[in-house]
Order: sequence, then structure tokens, then C-alpha cells
Amino acid sequence: MATHLILQKIFKTGFVSEPAPAADLTLRTREQQLHADILRLFGQAVAIRHVDAGSCNGCELEIHALGGPHYNLEGLGVKFVASPRHADLLLVTGPVSRHLEVALKRTYEATPEPKWVVAIGDCGCTGGMFGESYASCGRVSNVIPVDVEVPGCPPTPLALLQGILAAVSAGAKTPAAS
Amino acid sequence: MEHALGDIELTLTPQAGGSAIWRFQLDPARLPSFARAIQDEGGQLLALWGADDRHLGRGYAVHVAFLSSVGLIWSRSDLAGESPAYPDLAHIFPQADRMQRAAFDLLGIRARDAADDRKWLRHATWSEAEFPLRKDFPPLTAARSPLPEVDAYPFLRVDGEGVHEIPVGPIHAGTIEPGHFRFSIIGDRILKLEERLGYTHKGTEKRFEGMDLATGAKLAGRVSGDAHTAFAWAYCMAVESACACRVPDRAAWLRALFLEIERVANHLGDLGYLGNDVALAFGFMQFWRLKEDWLRLSARLFGHRYLFDCIVPGGVATDIDSAGRAELRALGERIAGEVSELKHIYDEHTGLQDRFAHTGIVKPELAARLGLSGLAGRASSQAWDARVQFPCAPYDQLDVAMALQKSGDVLARAEVRFAEVFESLRLIGQLLDRLPDGKLGAPCVPAGTPCEGLGWVEGWRGPTIVALRIAADGTLDRVHPHDPSWQNWPLLEVGVLGNIVPDFPLINKSFNLSYSGVDL
Repeated sequence: MATHLILQKIFKTGFVSEPAPAADLTLRTREQQLHADILRLFGQAVAIRHVDAGSCNGCELEIHALGGPHYNLEGLGVKFVASPRHADLLLVTGPVSRHLEVALKRTYEATPEPKWVVAIGDCGCTGGMFGESYASCGRVSNVIPVDVEVPGCPPTPLALLQGILAAVSAGAKTPAAS
Repeated sequence: MEHALGDIELTLTPQAGGSAIWRFQLDPARLPSFARAIQDEGGQLLALWGADDRHLGRGYAVHVAFLSSVGLIWSRSDLAGESPAYPDLAHIFPQADRMQRAAFDLLGIRARDAADDRKWLRHATWSEAEFPLRKDFPPLTAARSPLPEVDAYPFLRVDGEGVHEIPVGPIHAGTIEPGHFRFSIIGDRILKLEERLGYTHKGTEKRFEGMDLATGAKLAGRVSGDAHTAFAWAYCMAVESACACRVPDRAAWLRALFLEIERVANHLGDLGYLGNDVALAFGFMQFWRLKEDWLRLSARLFGHRYLFDCIVPGGVATDIDSAGRAELRALGERIAGEVSELKHIYDEHTGLQDRFAHTGIVKPELAARLGLSGLAGRASSQAWDARVQFPCAPYDQLDVAMALQKSGDVLARAEVRFAEVFESLRLIGQLLDRLPDGKLGAPCVPAGTPCEGLGWVEGWRGPTIVALRIAADGTLDRVHPHDPSWQNWPLLEVGVLGNIVPDFPLINKSFNLSYSGVDL
């Protein structure tokens, strides 16, 4: 029977989850009007829909890693969902290929208001090595509005977490913008 | 070297650098008979791509990489005239089908009399009269015309009573790359699956043009981020061959160390996800704990969790000291022990075994007929591993054991991964123990005239190839990176037949093919 082996392994492994990092508010690129009101209602619980808009799959590796036991994602109230219609936040990797431009816009429109967009990776933030070309629209904000940008090639799971928390944390990047 | 294939006598020129890569120029009319001769001796077609050589005083060219008993044979066939064409090869090697269609979309070179001449990489972004990889196509089209809403791809429809379609994607429900799958089903059973890829086409090959050699290595590593080391090494091998640069021993050994680290990381992740896909979340959490430990050590020792940009033309950009060697050896040993424990649990878990066994079968005969390669090929008795049969340095001194299974199901692909994790960890121990002293790099200087090279590396997915030409001014003129997913994707369409739709994610994950690597 596998059950006792599984239980044995679980007990032997113990807890490996680590404390969450603080939100990095400097990653915010814009402040939405409703921000404070939304947070009063939902706290930090956030449902995320990931959209690969043309990535090399490097950023996806780190999104997967975020699901591992070190990061205790659901313990923080963060959850990945299967449809944009269930999501509060789109986590978008780029560069946005022209072949996915329409699909990304449709995904954005299918996400109910209020919503946040976090662009991740150097390609999502600037177009990266692929830039703009006959086949690439470049950065995510060239196609849909973006709230937070997390650079890196790929950004570490910790940086991703700081970016996600920056989107859903109270407080503004600068007092003037709040 | 003189070599006979059937009744064809050939003179093959070895590529500079001495590995088992042979160059060969071939009249396009003789391509089919040559391909048949390769097939008759049990070989395969690995890659097919085109080039615009008009600026060199020629026309266009079609290149083919064949896997044969002597290694990799790289043939070039010059195509003259205004409407360049070559004889169809897909009726001999079916895996050529999508490669031929992509070569037409990008260069306008046509496979004459091909059964399937639908577009492949082209969606609605450029017209059928435009060819992005032709030298006169503007790389940066600033004024972007609005896109038509739909791609209008002519899927093959299945008709009949009770048949209905499930369209999935391009944006999937999980955290995976985008692509479209069109299922035709009766009840719960899959009657037909047709893939539509090309969504992440981001102009990678065009992007290489005019780039310097060092930047090109970075871009090559981002063709498919999970196979960074395989692509970066294949690219650098091609550059070094073109420049006749000899990589110092220590650098070659470190490259192999990186490649095996990448293989272990990807296999650990996949073994976790395979557990997850049969509702054993325990497996996911355990394997991803190990993978995370592995990645963190790479970050600490080499500066990057996925070893990005550690391989550069002429050598490597990072070294390992004796403390680092001890640490890596210790973690490797711990992971080997823990994976043994977890394998025992996977073996004992009846629910998991029930879902893995007899699911998503690709029989060996079909795998051979359709050219299934790499990890998935080895799970269906296709005994090819470049590290074993045609080892480049340092694999020629390592005696790699090939993992092989014959049942061709999800279980076989999991078993190959387990065996390769253990073997790679053993190789890492060897590489660390016997790492030679010496320099980390050698100068890599382009010849000053157009020169070409090809790199071939057994990446974690399978045979990974980069072919390139350097221009007289030392910049990149044409680069074609080839991921083994090109030839493996069509086998997924076959492997799911007769299975139930809910098993598709499991079968798909057991192949874990690249989208970005083939969309380019």
C-alpha cells in the first residue's frame, strides 16, 4: 500500500513553506481609482488567470515554481483559476505575439471589472529580446492596460509574488497618485 | 568520407570540430531517393528548413538534417528560379509535413506535390504573398494593419452521427503555452485531434539577422526557455564550427554539467505534474520541493536558476569552485535518494499506475514510421540518444546509459524520465569528479567570409539543432533553431486516439512538448 509510504514521507518532509515577501509597490505602473474600495471588500484574496501571450516558456517555469510548497501561495489567499471570467487579476507574459493579440484582448474583456493586469518578465515589460516586429507587438501595455510590471528573465518566484502583492495591496506607489 | 547508402555513393565532408556532423550538397531532384536510402537503413529526418541565398549570388535553398548510421547528415539543395520548389519529402518522412509548410510560409519555397499544402506558421498577420524570411521583407513593419478577427484555418472535419467537436485554446485553462486543439469526439472517446499551433510566432528567426554572435547566443537560449542550455549549446557549437574555434576542455565539461542539470530540473518538474494530473497532489509537492532546491543551488553556484546565459560562444561564462562542487554533489546524492523513495511510492500507488498504464499509447512501429524522437521516442523503443551513439566532448568520455521503454504509454514516458534523472545525477557526479583544469573560453573569430555551421545537442526533450550562417561582416545572416517538438507534436495527435477526453491533459503532459520552440 502506498498510503503509509506517503504519510511517512509527508511527516519526514515537514513544513518547507517560507514567509511571504513584502509587496514591492515600486513595480506599480498606474493607480486605479477604485483600489482602496476593492481592497476593503476583498482583502488580499485574489484569483489569477495566467495568459501566455507569446512567451518563450521561461516565465511559465517560475509561475509553476510559485505553486510549489516553498511559497505557500494559497495560504496567502492567492489562487490560479481556469477562466478569465473567474479572475481578479491577469498575469501576462510576453512579448505579445501578433497571433495572440486578439486572444489577449478578448481575455481582458472577459475578465470582470474591477481587475488588475500584472505584466511579467523583461519581454512583458519592454518587449525584451524580441522587441516589436512583423510578428510581435512588444510589451503587454502596447495591447492592454497594465497595473504592475515585474522585470526579470525570468523574474524569480519571489519577485512574482512581490508584484502580485503590489497589485492587491493597500497604499499607493506615490501619495500624489492615490 | 566515402559512404554508401543503398546504391548511392556519397562524399561527405566532416564539419570542423570533428563531431559526427557531415555536410553534403545535393541536387534537389535527388532528395527523395536520398531520403529513401536514409529510411532504408533505419535513419530519420530530423529537420527541414529554407534559406534565401539571393544576396550570395544564388537562389533559395532547402536544408535537411538526416539522422543516419554515420551521424547527422546536413544536406543543402539549391533551388533556382522565380518560384522555388523541391520534391515533397513528407510522403517518405511524414514529420517533414509541418516543416515544409512552415518553410513555405516564411520563405515561399514550395514542396512540390505535397499532400497537405495548408499554411502552418502563418495565421492572419501577413498575407500569403509575403514571406518574412526573405531578405527584402522589412523586419520592422511599424504601421501594423488591423488584424482580421479570425485565422480561418481549414480544419479537417469529422462528420457522422453523434460526432461533435471540442475546440480548446489558444488560451488554456492551466499555466501552459498557447495553442489550439480541435477534438472530434463520440461520447467521451477521442475520434480525432487536430493541432493548430503558431500562436507564439514572434519572428525569432528574423530577429537573429544582423545580430552579433554573443547576443545571438542569448536569443538562441530563449527559443524555448525550458531548454535554454540545449539551444545555447547547439548555437555555440554551430558558431564555433563556422569559426573553427576549439572550445577548451573545462568549458566543454561545464557545458555538459549544465545540460544535465537542466535535464534533471525539467524531469523533476514533469514527474511532479504527472502525479498532479492523476490527482496525486503529494507527488507535485514533493517533486517541486526537490526541483526548487535544485534551482536555488544553480542560482547560488552559477548566478541563475535556469543557467541562462552561462554558455557563450567559445566557452562558458561561469565556473565552479571546489566548495561548489561538494555542494552540488551532496544535493545530487540527496535528490537521487529522495527520487528513489518517490519512485517507490509511484510504483506502489495503484490509482496512479491505473491512470498511467495503457494511456496515450504510441506503438514502436508508429513511432518509427512518424519519426518520434528524444525522450518520447525512447519511451516507444526509438533507441536514439546523441550522447550515446554520436557523443561530442565530453560525452565521448562518459559512457552514457540510454533509457529505453517499449510500451509507449504515459507510464513508459514517466519511466524514461525516472531513469534519466538517475543517470543524469550519476553523470553530474562524474563530471564533477573528473572536471579538467583549464581555461573557460577561447576566442571565437568569424572568418571574414560567409561561413556556416551546425550544432546538435541531446537536450532534455531530444535532439536540438541550430544551423546558421555568419555573414562576411561577422554578424548573423541566417539562423534556424530546431526543437524536437516539431516531429513529436503529430504523435500526440495519434497517441490520444481512442482515449477519453479527461486523459488528454495527462497524455499531453507526458510528452511536454514546446510551443515557443516550434512557433519561433
